[in-house]
Amino acid sequence: MFAYIVRRLFLMLVTLFGISVIIFVLLRVVPGNIVDILFDAAGFVDPADKANLERELGLSQPIVIQYLHWIGGLLHGDLGYSYVSEKPALEEILPRIPITARLAGLALLFSASIGIPLGVISAVHQGSKLDYALRVVSLSGLSLPSFWLGLLILMASVSLFGSMPIFNPNPKTWLEALTIYAVPAMAVGFRSAALTMRITRSSMLEILRQDYIRTARAKGASEASVNYHHALKNAVLPVITVIGIEAAFLIGGLIVTETVFNIPGIARFLVEALRWRDYPIVQNLVMFIAVVVVVVNFIVDMLYAAIDPRIRFGD
Amino acid sequence: MSEAIPAETVLDVKNLQTVFFTNSGLFRAVDDVSFSVRRGETLAIVGESGCGKSVSALSIMRLVPDPPGRIVGGSVTLEGTDLLKLDDAAMRSIRGNRISMIFQEPMTSLNPVMRIGDQIIEAVRLHQKVSSKEAWKQAVDMLRLVRIPEPERRAQEYPHQLSGGMRQRAMIAMALACRPALLIADEPTTALDVTIQAQILALIVDLQQRLGTGLILITHDLGVVAQTAQRVIVMYAGKKIEEATVESLFETPLHPYTRGLMASIPAVPSPDAKEDVRLVEIPGMVPSLTRLPPGCAFAPRCKLAVDRCRQEYPPLDEVKSNHWAACWRAGEIAEAS
Repeated sequence: MFAYIVRRLFLMLVTLFGISVIIFVLLRVVPGNIVDILFDAAGFVDPADKANLERELGLSQPIVIQYLHWIGGLLHGDLGYSYVSEKPALEEILPRIPITARLAGLALLFSASIGIPLGVISAVHQGSKLDYALRVVSLSGLSLPSFWLGLLILMASVSLFGSMPIFNPNPKTWLEALTIYAVPAMAVGFRSAALTMRITRSSMLEILRQDYIRTARAKGASEASVNYHHALKNAVLPVITVIGIEAAFLIGGLIVTETVFNIPGIARFLVEALRWRDYPIVQNLVMFIAVVVVVVNFIVDMLYAAIDPRIRFGD
Repeated sequence: MSEAIPAETVLDVKNLQTVFFTNSGLFRAVDDVSFSVRRGETLAIVGESGCGKSVSALSIMRLVPDPPGRIVGGSVTLEGTDLLKLDDAAMRSIRGNRISMIFQEPMTSLNPVMRIGDQIIEAVRLHQKVSSKEAWKQAVDMLRLVRIPEPERRAQEYPHQLSGGMRQRAMIAMALACRPALLIADEPTTALDVTIQAQILALIVDLQQRLGTGLILITHDLGVVAQTAQRVIVMYAGKKIEEATVESLFETPLHPYTRGLMASIPAVPSPDAKEDVRLVEIPGMVPSLTRLPPGCAFAPRCKLAVDRCRQEYPPLDEVKSNHWAACWRAGEIAEAS
């Protein structure tokens, strides 16, 4: 087990290195940089000024040097300065993280707490009207893009309540905070809830046919115990994988959802920074997201081992 | 043995009927089957795959998957209570407590993500009010009883860490944890190595006699029947076609199907035998349960079949004392042998 963890950690480092190279190169392949954008907006300008500014920002250096400069800084905790606000990138990014983290956490919580029980119910009542209804709901969840669902929710709340939830960075009550985050979290989490439900359902159907389920019934275990204790514990492995993958996809969903709901999180900030070719912000943000995804994957692997003894002992 | 002392009847199954609704029509998996088991007695149910032996067992446990299966008639009386009339909660309090079941596949019958000890504990705590510490002690005691070495350590382990034989021992420990009145063993040794088979069988019979449990042993292995059972019922196409004491059945099997089964037991050829000894088989196939012939279901495969066999189903008659057979020609067979 220990060797397995060490191997996984090493693999994580290699993955992150690869990601950093890809981010860096891709960003510079995209035509135009901040200087082009600024000077284009200003009309005709002296090319010498442009070259000056590029030199100032370090954009005229060879790409390898730029990369080493970035990674070197990153290892020291120096993320550089935002080209746009000229503030340290860390100061720009850090305060936005909790907002997106709350949204993503709530969305994942929503998808797991809705998707898993509904998946179990759907599997246990396979072929019933309830099963069909749940499957239609989950299909709609997979087909509705989250930004569109977000717009629908906003329009519905305007026409029903005459107002819509607007982001407030300092909610007064606990309840207000929850409503601010819950609605966009549901909009973005609906898709993963639907996916979680489908995976839970098919995995449960597979497990419910197993011999040990019959053994549990033969012991006199109740249906609830058979379904949730005996079956779900075995069926949850693929579900965890999917939730882990969804955690990564969620960031993509959040970009539009944060825009639709006007929430100042990192996802929307990333798009803005990209528009300005604000390299320090984009590089570091994408790197941060990559770290989150890699860590989530690592946690999923550890959860696997925690749940399934065959993985834990099968080193 | 059991005939000497009039022992108390633990289980009495009367006219049990279990049907399955499938796309190709309704079929009677268990058709009007009756039998009883006394305390400490072993009743063997013998027959080919698909003859209804396992469905009979699952019907007693009321674990027939519904849909597609359903028990449509008869009664299953355990210690004076008709199980078919109980509600689900009452039935659950019987399962694993008064009746237990051991299954054919020890490799897949234990939950892979639960420790052996916890799986036994569950059986105990579902039916007895004991602390988890006390239940754990009971679980370890049960593992010791089924002769698992180092029971304290094994209880902490997961199914995949145990061999097939060990897992079946653990299943037996779990089944007997609440000292049931009736144990149903559905082909308990089929999936095991031959050397392990004998051990597991000996263990089941030993524990059954020590605990006074009634045992229903479902098997297709007549050798197993001869070694362990007192009474045997033979099933074919969902019906009971013969019932007798082991001695009587092996001495004079009355139903042509039973005779065929016995002839199919491969014997070790003697050294002076001709070189190619062909294995004896029963010609033909088990009929589809959705398209049974009007008369005796075995008639199409039976060498002794006459016209009557193909038209009328024979009643189950007591041809000899304590020996019943459902065959029009059983009387002649009895006289001839």
